[in-house]
Amino acid sequence: MAGRIGQFAKYLILSLVSLSILYPFFLMISSSLKSNVEILTSPLGLPSNFSLENYVLVWEKVSFGKYVWNSIYVSGLSVILILFVSSLAAFYLSRFTFRWNAYILFFFMVGLMLPMKLAILPLYMIMLQLNLLDTLTSLVVLYVAGGIPFAVFVFYGFFRTLPTELDQSARLDGCNNFQVYYKIILPLMKPALGTVAIVQLIGVWNDFFYPLIFLKSEELSTIPLGVLTLFGEYDTEWNLLFASLTISSLPMIIAFLFASRQFIEGLTSGAIK
Amino acid sequence: MAVLQKETEPKLKVPKQKRINWKKQLVHLFLLPALVLFIWFQLYPILSAFLNSFYSFQGMRRGEFVGLDNFVLLFTESPFKETFSRAFGHNLIFFVGTIIFKMAVAFLLALLINSKIRGKEFFKTVIFLPKLLSVIVVGFLFSLILNPTYGALNTILQFIGLEEWARPWLGDPDTALYTIILVNSWYGLGFSMLIFLAGLQAIPQEIYDAAKMDGASGLTMLLKITIPLAMPAIMVMSILTFIGAFETFELIFAMQGSQAGPYYSTDVLATYFYRLAFGSVDGGESIGLGSALAVVLFLMISSATAVLLFFFKKKEFEQ
Repeated sequence: MAGRIGQFAKYLILSLVSLSILYPFFLMISSSLKSNVEILTSPLGLPSNFSLENYVLVWEKVSFGKYVWNSIYVSGLSVILILFVSSLAAFYLSRFTFRWNAYILFFFMVGLMLPMKLAILPLYMIMLQLNLLDTLTSLVVLYVAGGIPFAVFVFYGFFRTLPTELDQSARLDGCNNFQVYYKIILPLMKPALGTVAIVQLIGVWNDFFYPLIFLKSEELSTIPLGVLTLFGEYDTEWNLLFASLTISSLPMIIAFLFASRQFIEGLTSGAIK
Repeated sequence: MAVLQKETEPKLKVPKQKRINWKKQLVHLFLLPALVLFIWFQLYPILSAFLNSFYSFQGMRRGEFVGLDNFVLLFTESPFKETFSRAFGHNLIFFVGTIIFKMAVAFLLALLINSKIRGKEFFKTVIFLPKLLSVIVVGFLFSLILNPTYGALNTILQFIGLEEWARPWLGDPDTALYTIILVNSWYGLGFSMLIFLAGLQAIPQEIYDAAKMDGASGLTMLLKITIPLAMPAIMVMSILTFIGAFETFELIFAMQGSQAGPYYSTDVLATYFYRLAFGSVDGGESIGLGSALAVVLFLMISSATAVLLFFFKKKEFEQ
């Protein structure tokens, strides 16, 4: 009997927590389908009729479409470059025995825990000198540089478990270093690439701080910065605000529902960062 | 699998040569892009931030060397010292509050999910969901939910007959900081829970079986077995929470702006830093001050990280 009550209490607690986690999501999505009047008069109920009008409005009137493309461009390019640059470096560090390799690896590991927000003034000055202020390139450069330590950390760990016999036989067949990397290593490291890609994609897609500091032109905004602008300009049109929040969150949520195991493994493996 | 785990000793020896073979040197191109980007946009800016704290500034331009003047100003002159200690206090409250609201709840949830229960995957997935949102989205979403007149929370409270509980959660200096801590806990709960769950799953079942044979009660097992053996995960989470609490910026910026209202009641060191660095029109002395504040914050965060790393190293040796 006591066991039954205990078991019931467990489900009750977990359900209440799940409800309080899910309710804000439900509120966000259902409000994004309502008219402004309906949000203000009946904030809790379901939308009385299903209409995507708010999304159309946000996409066109507020040029949210542009923000979405900027975000896709910045996060896509950053993630690809992080994967490319870091896998090359990890290949070098794990497959060659130069005497400085241990120091360089240590160097990168230090980078795992640099709170870069605190170096934002020097970064601002660097971008000023490079004439990159108010460009998407500045963001890509910073995300790639910031992503390298974690990616090298994961890839290096992965390469250590990968036998070298494969590379050696490829070399005997006449492959040069780049061919070994490209034809042998890269296809084998798909799981590690996936982990890093997921972690970095979420980080870059959701980042707000770098766009806040480095972007000035409204048409260059990424989604999180666009949401900030929207909340400043349309602060009474809650239907648009909720629609914009939904647009920002849905891509990651949908991706998560398709690959939740990889997401969870990837993000918890980045716990040190 | 066993083959994959094998040590990979036979690495390529690079033959020493007198004459430089340029084709051989091409191999360094593998490392170069990562190394250059890392030094240029990570290491150099951090070192530069340290250096800046010893200089005065005219606008964005570095002026003369002033030694520790910026630090002295930050800690001893009004209004800087008051702002610093107020913000520091808020960071501490943020840390302790997050321990209570996020870590304690997350630990309880991890215990529940680790027990005999159905739907583990469902609960894990749901509770983890908020971590996928941008912090700025979380902040804005909750500022709408917590809106005093039209927000969902006060409407719900009215609906269930608790209208005297309804209040301007973010507009009242007494509740604003705690409200933000709760929102932050909503956001980070699932992540902490998963870290704890990993710690709990590493505890061998035999220990519990043996304890049960000796007639230990559930509470005894929790206090004598589970908590001590989950200590590594608890330590890691505490330090990550500490780092998070002292770095916290976006959520407060989204919900209360850079002025961290009402009346600076949610002002933390990072929002103070932001105002010093980017808030004033003329720049002036505030850039130097901001750099000094960044160094202080950096030292606090990196000492916590050093403890974390030391802890990991120790654990590795013990295994």
